[in-house]
Amino acid sequence: MRDVAIVATGMTPFGELWHSSLRDLFVEAAREVLDAVDHPLLDSIYVGNMSGGQFVGQEHLGPLMADHLGVAGVPATRVESACASGGAALRAGFFEVASGASDLVLVAGVEKMNDGADVTGVLATAADQEAEVYHGITFPGLYAMIARAHMEKHGTTEGDLATISVKNHRHGALNPKAQFRQEVSLEQVMTSSMVSEPLRLLHCSPVSDGAAAVLLCPLDRAREFTDKPVKIRGGGFATAPMALADRVDPSALDAVSLAAARAYRASGLGPSDIHVAEVHDCFAIAELCVLEALCFAQPGSAAELTRAGETTLGGRLPVNTSGGLKAKGHPVGATGVAQVIEIVEQLRGEAGARQVANAVIGLTQNMGGSGASSVVHIFERV
Amino acid sequence: MPSPRYWREIPSRYRLEAGRCTACARVAYPRRRVCPGCGGVEFETLQLSLRGKIVTSTVVHVAPDEFQMAAPYPVALVETPEGARLMVQVADCEPGECQPGTDVALEFRLIRKEGQSGILCYGYKAVPVACIEGEA
Repeated sequence: MRDVAIVATGMTPFGELWHSSLRDLFVEAAREVLDAVDHPLLDSIYVGNMSGGQFVGQEHLGPLMADHLGVAGVPATRVESACASGGAALRAGFFEVASGASDLVLVAGVEKMNDGADVTGVLATAADQEAEVYHGITFPGLYAMIARAHMEKHGTTEGDLATISVKNHRHGALNPKAQFRQEVSLEQVMTSSMVSEPLRLLHCSPVSDGAAAVLLCPLDRAREFTDKPVKIRGGGFATAPMALADRVDPSALDAVSLAAARAYRASGLGPSDIHVAEVHDCFAIAELCVLEALCFAQPGSAAELTRAGETTLGGRLPVNTSGGLKAKGHPVGATGVAQVIEIVEQLRGEAGARQVANAVIGLTQNMGGSGASSVVHIFERV
Repeated sequence: MPSPRYWREIPSRYRLEAGRCTACARVAYPRRRVCPGCGGVEFETLQLSLRGKIVTSTVVHVAPDEFQMAAPYPVALVETPEGARLMVQVADCEPGECQPGTDVALEFRLIRKEGQSGILCYGYKAVPVACIEGEA
């Protein structure tokens, strides 16, 4: 397999973007990528998207997006793994370039959630319809159950959950593309309205529109396009039982552990080598469980790590410097690619006020459903 | 939900039938074609007990459209003595009474209504034993 690099990025702001349609969002992010590299001929396009069909009634996104980008004829297809669609799309593009089949592959993620759909109902289709959704459970509800199980097993508190939100809003306040660019206090989080006990509104990522895109090419061609390529050191993908009922320990995210182990093996690196990470904090509890599954903390000790400030900007291992899904926003299919863009900016030294000093190795972790799928990638400045 | 899809699910929804793998004795609920434990494909039908214990739970305040009239409602993951786990709503109790470890009975109830004039969808809900009249 060949080494693969990311040579250009593009991203819309995240938020309630009422003036932009699904295709507008994709084209805006993808054009930014192509403008940066003088519009080379693409070999293929992958579009990460969870549910254009349910959110705006639009399927068949591959040709639609290629057409509207002005490159009809280029192979293009959609990749879906619920909220991990973006990460899964990157993985597909990575293998296409690594295998030698293609040189220039555009990987994008896009979601238009604010267009009148029953968002809670649409998101719930990423859970088990027959065993879970039938009974009225929601996505916040599933993560709330994970939270309560984590509290039972490890003594995690509502305050611990709130600490995650406070940290990610602090980071998001520094990100011009974030949906929420303001800090929140511990008290604001802990008195915000209840969504699904014990999760409150400010423990939950918002409903967002947005798109993100990156251009992949073989590392040995990267200097044709940029002075600052970022190499994909390795990746891992894993699945776990779909329904919470079928997981031995509902407080553990086994797909994340497995994906991380594979990514560490593929890259020849370990958790102590990582300088900065973007992880899937769709709900505050998810960041705690993920930090444990990535082996950044022992099971039950991620809250301590967070309270000690080690995952805040300036700490030993800053996590979610973009503001995370919580503050940056979570257009579900776009998230996995947006995480990669934050890491690319960090490794290129272009993250401005959010810059982590001397960051050379970064990690992204993207997750689908209540943790039934997860994608991890590790990147290196070269 | 189209009615064939609904009646296909009757054995698990109405009769709480699970499958027990004849090779490794793992209980799958709802029943599956392949055992998640050993890959076996032979199952015997096992009727679950109408009781269990809450493993974890929540109270849903923000509900999908079709459950909005019911919110807030508790939902729990309940483990039966056979080792099967079910996602069910918890009825007839205060939200604070559905914490992990709570003993519950499973009762046949209306779960949802399909649209304006669709079929009524039944299934099981959990009721904390302490909240059942006449029981301790």
